[in-house]
Amino acid sequence: MVEFALPANSKVQQGRTHKAPAGAKHVRAFKIYRWNPDDGQNPHTDTYEIDLDACGPMVLDALIKIKNEVDPTLTFRRSCREGICGSCAMSIDGVNTLACLKPIDEVKGAVRINPLPHMPVVKDLVPDLSQAYAQLRSIEPWLKADTPPPPDAERRQSKEERAKLDGMWECILCFCCTTSCPSYWWNGDRYLGPAVLMQAYRWIADSRDECTGERLDALQDPFKLYRCHTIMNCTQTCPKGLNPAQAIGEIKQLMLERQG
Amino acid sequence: MSETVKAAAGHNAGGPRVKMMRTTLGQVRGLGSAKTGVEHWWIERLTSVAMIPMTLWFIYSALHLAGHSRLEVAHWAANPINAAVMVALLLTVFRHMGLALMVVVDDYIHARAAHMAMLLLIKGGTTLLALIGIIATLRLAFTG
Repeated sequence: MVEFALPANSKVQQGRTHKAPAGAKHVRAFKIYRWNPDDGQNPHTDTYEIDLDACGPMVLDALIKIKNEVDPTLTFRRSCREGICGSCAMSIDGVNTLACLKPIDEVKGAVRINPLPHMPVVKDLVPDLSQAYAQLRSIEPWLKADTPPPPDAERRQSKEERAKLDGMWECILCFCCTTSCPSYWWNGDRYLGPAVLMQAYRWIADSRDECTGERLDALQDPFKLYRCHTIMNCTQTCPKGLNPAQAIGEIKQLMLERQG
Repeated sequence: MSETVKAAAGHNAGGPRVKMMRTTLGQVRGLGSAKTGVEHWWIERLTSVAMIPMTLWFIYSALHLAGHSRLEVAHWAANPINAAVMVALLLTVFRHMGLALMVVVDDYIHARAAHMAMLLLIKGGTTLLALIGIIATLRLAFTG
């Protein structure tokens, strides 16, 4: 059965509060999920009071400031700080997004930060995404064609054919959508989830790919594809403004189309 | 997190005993694609659309028949169009109900035995309900 409550050793407890420096005028509290696999303790929420006058505008700026100046043990992933690498995906104020693209101003009151939901936690805000990456690998996200490319040239595509990939190639695989999907929470071991299904459709829709049928075969499954119940959390949460739900809908349409 | 990672991270205080060393890719590929699901999904949608006009017709008919005698209702049911639409509505409703409940069970019940038991219960229950409804309609139509 689905588990609706956290196991006893995962219950989140109250943690420490790090006060803002004296004289700070624009103080904002950041309530951050902490868990260390090495200390045997339950997860807890630490509160960090930050002077926004001495901090950059984005949530990631605050996290970096905390790590640099307040608590070097705070662990999170980040790299490009401009919404291209997908490393800093986390739940901010209850919504999955990229910390680097989320202005602190958009959050009212204390900024609650948790790791991506329903993934195993490695430490603090770092989720274990191995399963999602393996699912991406399982849909073979690369061009498969028997026809060799023209000699000394690229495989060609018309402008119309290329346009079909717009709204999908922009995906940075941060898995904000996948981890926002209740269907993925309950059946993530078998359901591929919105991010991976959109990548599957990205290759199904690619005019240069010659394995469309095989790709559809691999997805034609009550769990891999049809656990999508158009809840639409994926599209709502995507920090890049993409529409995985629509891509899944297109796959379902093609499944029907090929039945005759 | 895979069992190996858990063991490395010190989760198993009594000493690491790895139960599964299968690769993550092997796990997610699992038993492969069942090559089904399209029909289930499509019939669920077809029946839901088909139910709209038939339900409106049923509500209209029920309001129309309210307060009438049994004989008059039997006369209504003896009309082949009324009886046919009534049987079609019963088939559609219980087919849709069965398919939709099976989705709920697939979503939430993961233990194999309980899963199978629930599916059989749903299939049997909806078939039985549909049969009861159809026989009642036919009885009314043919014998009054």
